[in-house]
Amino acid sequence: MAIGTSSVQAAFDVAKIRADFPILAERVHGQPLVYLDSANTSQKPESVLKAMDDYYRHANANIHRATHLLSERATALYEGSRAKAAAFLNAPDKRTIVFTKGTTDGINLVAQSYGRSTLKPGDEILLTWLEHHSNIVPWQLVAEQTGAVIKVVPINDAGELDQGEFAALLSPRTKIVAMGHVSNALGTINPVADMIARAHAVGAVVLVDGAQAAPHLVIDVQALDCDFYVLSSHKMFGPTGTGVLYGRASLLEAMPPYQGGGDMIASVTFERTLYNQVPYKFEAGTPNMAGVVGLGAAIDYLAGIDREAALAHEDAVLEYATAQVRQIPGARIVGEARHKTGVLSFVLDGVHPHDAGTILDQQGVAVRTGQHCAQPVMDRFGIAATIRASLGIYNTREDIDALVRGLHKVRELFV
Amino acid sequence: MSELSELYQEVILDHNRRPHNFRAIEGATKQEGYNPLCGDRLTLYVAMEGGVIKDVAFQGSGCAISKASASLMTDALKGKTADEARALFDQFHAMITSDHDGPTADLGKLSVLAGVREFPTRIKCASLAWHTMKAAVASETDAPVSTE
Ligand SMILES: Cc1ncc(COP(=O)(O)O)c(C=O)c1O
Repeated sequence: MAIGTSSVQAAFDVAKIRADFPILAERVHGQPLVYLDSANTSQKPESVLKAMDDYYRHANANIHRATHLLSERATALYEGSRAKAAAFLNAPDKRTIVFTKGTTDGINLVAQSYGRSTLKPGDEILLTWLEHHSNIVPWQLVAEQTGAVIKVVPINDAGELDQGEFAALLSPRTKIVAMGHVSNALGTINPVADMIARAHAVGAVVLVDGAQAAPHLVIDVQALDCDFYVLSSHKMFGPTGTGVLYGRASLLEAMPPYQGGGDMIASVTFERTLYNQVPYKFEAGTPNMAGVVGLGAAIDYLAGIDREAALAHEDAVLEYATAQVRQIPGARIVGEARHKTGVLSFVLDGVHPHDAGTILDQQGVAVRTGQHCAQPVMDRFGIAATIRASLGIYNTREDIDALVRGLHKVRELFV
Repeated sequence: MSELSELYQEVILDHNRRPHNFRAIEGATKQEGYNPLCGDRLTLYVAMEGGVIKDVAFQGSGCAISKASASLMTDALKGKTADEARALFDQFHAMITSDHDGPTADLGKLSVLAGVREFPTRIKCASLAWHTMKAAVASETDAPVSTE
């Protein structure tokens, strides 16, 4: 959480960014919207909305399947997004980019295709205590199917992975390591590059869940040297229903298809079907074309801003929020990792998070309350739920001030 | 903010702070309730004698709405038969879900929870204890019920 220098912050004009997001002008319960729930889903800039609208108005046709002009346009836009996604992740080749429905879909694809075809009884899948349910349950399913065993890297009281335990859990039995890049419940940034190197040293393949990293961090899958990287468009200012799976080319090529259908085949007879090459082998059926076009526009949007300055801005807002919330009597922050981004999870003495959420909402402040699809994290801290304020590039100190005012109202009512 | 004060009436805040019948009952029928949305858990104890609810109590953690609802419910259930308890469930459910302000059955002290109907995301909180009660009086099953 390095604080940006003032010169860096000056390079980032948050008012200009806010003007790009039409929904931020919305009023809720008669109050201006203060949106602090971007880890749940982010808001969308005008350019994304327009790209999707333009797609339907001027290019809509099925991709890869027709000789007419609209199909050509649609295919070019769709494949253009693939090239953009490859650049966004610094993937070596656009063939390594598979479009999915989102992070959950990407993890299930890897678990069912790579995991199911390679895991043997007694093999180990190593997860971490920080994982979102969508990076737990698909592995439980494949463990049940194959006889593989799940191991879990514990966390310390700050919400950081225990690196000593991680090293101790790694062994030649470890076949897959699946871990989040950034925790959605606590905001912890995991040292994934280092962990990937250690996992590779025992021969494991590593999947990184980048759902929460993509909107904040610059991602370089080659520098990370990960085998799979998954993300959701809707968390990074793109539309819902689409996402990206990056896979190492040699792995993708060796993996069996995940779903069967149109587009994923080269030739079909009732005797024998030849599968299409990667990535099409993994894209059965008509995909979410408008969604992928919108994702391309979201990537363009991010490419058009100074990411480093944006992150410095967000870090400064997170730091401000942390300090402000800490001053509220009875507030306790859950997750105080040294490296964090985008998320402030906390509890208030004597107030259930759900009640706080309703009272904040009435004041226009949208936060998420609950277990954040991360029940093991809540169990680890012995709590049922937290209040989670999560940030996007468009949030400001004024948003945090509104949150704090709201929390004082909560306390007035309850304490 | 008037809807908010309608929701968080003083009576509700009182029951949240000092819930009634907040204890275990040895040897009673025990039923777990769980709201996966907010992680709230509730254990309900129902002691029947001669077809009548002789004692009923609960334990668990939850938001003010779910705690107050459980507290008020346990007060209201004592002395009722299983059929009467089920009928009360239906009336209560109608009160917190009806989308008009028209007259619903007068539920006495329970009517402080009527404000919940303005907050669709909180209806599950108010109904958790009631669903759990319905399961407890319906059978001896120990499968946890869920409001999801
Ligand atoms: C860390 C993490 N992983 C996975 C997911 C699941 O993403 P989606 O629901 O878009 O598939 C989320 C979002 O809720 C998340 O925060």
